[in-house]
Amino acid sequence: MTFLSLAAPAANGEAAGSAAFPPFDPWHFPSQLFWLVILFGGLYIALSRFVLPKLGGVIEKRGDTIADALDDAARLDEQAKEAKKQQEQHLAEARAKARETADKARAKVEAEIAEETQKVDADLSTRLDEAEARIQKVRAEALSNVDSIAADTTQVMLARFGVSVSDAEAKKAVEQATKG
Amino acid sequence: MNLSFRQIADPMHQFEVKKLIEIGPIGGLDLSFTNASFYMLLGCVLIVAFFGMAASRGKLVPSRMQSVAEIGYGFVADMVRGAAGEEGLKFFPFVFTLFFFVFFANMIGMIPYAFTTTSHLIITGALALLVIGIVIAYGFYKNGLKFLKLFAPAGAPWPIYILLIPIEVISFIARPVTLALRLFANMLAGHIMLKLFAGFAVTLATLGGAYIVIAPLAFAMGVALNALEFLVAGLQAYVFAILTCVYLNDALHPAH
Repeated sequence: MTFLSLAAPAANGEAAGSAAFPPFDPWHFPSQLFWLVILFGGLYIALSRFVLPKLGGVIEKRGDTIADALDDAARLDEQAKEAKKQQEQHLAEARAKARETADKARAKVEAEIAEETQKVDADLSTRLDEAEARIQKVRAEALSNVDSIAADTTQVMLARFGVSVSDAEAKKAVEQATKG
Repeated sequence: MNLSFRQIADPMHQFEVKKLIEIGPIGGLDLSFTNASFYMLLGCVLIVAFFGMAASRGKLVPSRMQSVAEIGYGFVADMVRGAAGEEGLKFFPFVFTLFFFVFFANMIGMIPYAFTTTSHLIITGALALLVIGIVIAYGFYKNGLKFLKLFAPAGAPWPIYILLIPIEVISFIARPVTLALRLFANMLAGHIMLKLFAGFAVTLATLGGAYIVIAPLAFAMGVALNALEFLVAGLQAYVFAILTCVYLNDALHPAH
């Protein structure tokens, strides 16, 4: 017995008394077709009536849910953007207001400072003028006193030398000396 | 080698239909529930159980099983939409049933000792005739006699039609034949090959001597073929379904 005998096993089968090539043996055709019609038909009805609509419904529902969620997300995103824009606008307004207030305050303070400075300057200059006038007066007084002091001194000095001079003479002499 | 071993190694043995419950003859027809009917029933039950369970849970955030079921749903829906357009979606339940019926039959056939429903021409032929029957019926229902434009594409000069129309008619008639034969032949040939190489491996190993060296090669070939057959099982189900969509597209838009 070699394996070659297995290469033609159909012949062996026929020799063993079995029927023709099984797929072409007609006895089972009615049974095959009968059960095919029942089972394929039953499968078609079960799938098309019950299983597939449900499965398709689940898939569709999921698609709808995802689409809804995406729509919601887009809407919320839009809202957030809007809010951010408003926020920025508010912020800009507030900033502008703050700057305006600050500017106003600064201007006011500067004006006050200028006014105060002017006032002080004016005060100072009047007081300076007064002081100068007083000094002038004092100096004039002092200068007028110098002649009489010199006359007195001259009288005293001459008295020490034994010469008596009248007030008028002394004054006249001092005047002549200072003028000369 | 005794007879029972020969039967086991017989690659045709797996295609034999055996009566499980004798029914009939009713009206002269033997309607017995056979092993073929059983595996067909098993496929249908698995499909309904799998998709039914996924659909009945119907959670918004799907579980893994529900995800797989929904991928299957989307896969077939895209296939129908892609090949037959939005109007084709009215045939979505039919294509879905067809695809998963064939897919589960092919995949169940990959389980050792299981019967492959789609390895019988009577089954694939019936499905192909159902498809082409729907195409013809719907084509005439929707387009009336304009459906016949399918055989005479517009825009050709008239002498061409003498040649063109017979070709189109023949190609249309060939559709159910090729649709049925493609699936049937793929499943049949694939399972014969699997059985042959598995049988070779066992036979060579038991023969002893120098044959033992070749046995692992036959076994490795069997393993490789197994992987290939899984691919073929999925692919042929897909091909059957996509061609169904293409033919339905002709019924929906015959002028193209």
